[in-house]
Amino acid sequence: MVKREIVGAHYGLRDWLAQRVTAVIMAVYTVLILSAVAGLPQMDYRHWKVLWQTPLVRYASILFMVSLLLHAWIGVRNILMDYVKDPALRLTLYVLVIGALLGYAAWSVQILWGN
Amino acid sequence: MSRPRPKYLNLFQIRLPVPGLVSILHRMSGAVLFLLLPSLLVLFELSLESAQTFARFKAIFSHWAIKLMVIGVVWAYLHHLCAGIRHLALDLDYGTELATARASSWAVLALSVVLTLVVIAMIW
Repeated sequence: MVKREIVGAHYGLRDWLAQRVTAVIMAVYTVLILSAVAGLPQMDYRHWKVLWQTPLVRYASILFMVSLLLHAWIGVRNILMDYVKDPALRLTLYVLVIGALLGYAAWSVQILWGN
Repeated sequence: MSRPRPKYLNLFQIRLPVPGLVSILHRMSGAVLFLLLPSLLVLFELSLESAQTFARFKAIFSHWAIKLMVIGVVWAYLHHLCAGIRHLALDLDYGTELATARASSWAVLALSVVLTLVVIAMIW
């Protein structure tokens, strides 16, 4: 008799961990960026722009965006897994979501570095 | 055992326990945040492109309908954040007793509303 173990695709634990690590990164970023915005001497274009041009803010924001996109992918994929039963439709939606998220990533880099 | 199968559940007749409510709101707020991401990026880009677009951003932001939408996003973000922190605590085995889990669910609901009210007071 062949002994077969029942195992999954092995991405469960990795995704579970990624979801939590990215969540913590985003939570910390949220507190820091809100204090930075609250600490602006004046809410005008000059101060606003200078804040977002600071290298630390730029890199922290990109780290936040990467975390958000990974977090959103795992979350949206889980939602689609639960409710969309037709495999072809589900796969199509996966591709659309991944495409959108990669687009948002490029767009964020352009917003933060382009101006 | 002659009850008809399969049995379909009427979602509108189910009364969720509070932790269940927090759970489904966590999922719904996450989905809403994902769907609104492009709109938020548009606003963010507008605010940074130039002094002119910043002025336009401020004008758009001062419209009451946009403010309502932003408040909705803020609530979704705060609820998702608070429910997420509760989730992390549960992962670490804190607050897994029924009474505590119920109490922390109420705390998540209340705290996210209170924080949203603080934001409303700041931006209105």
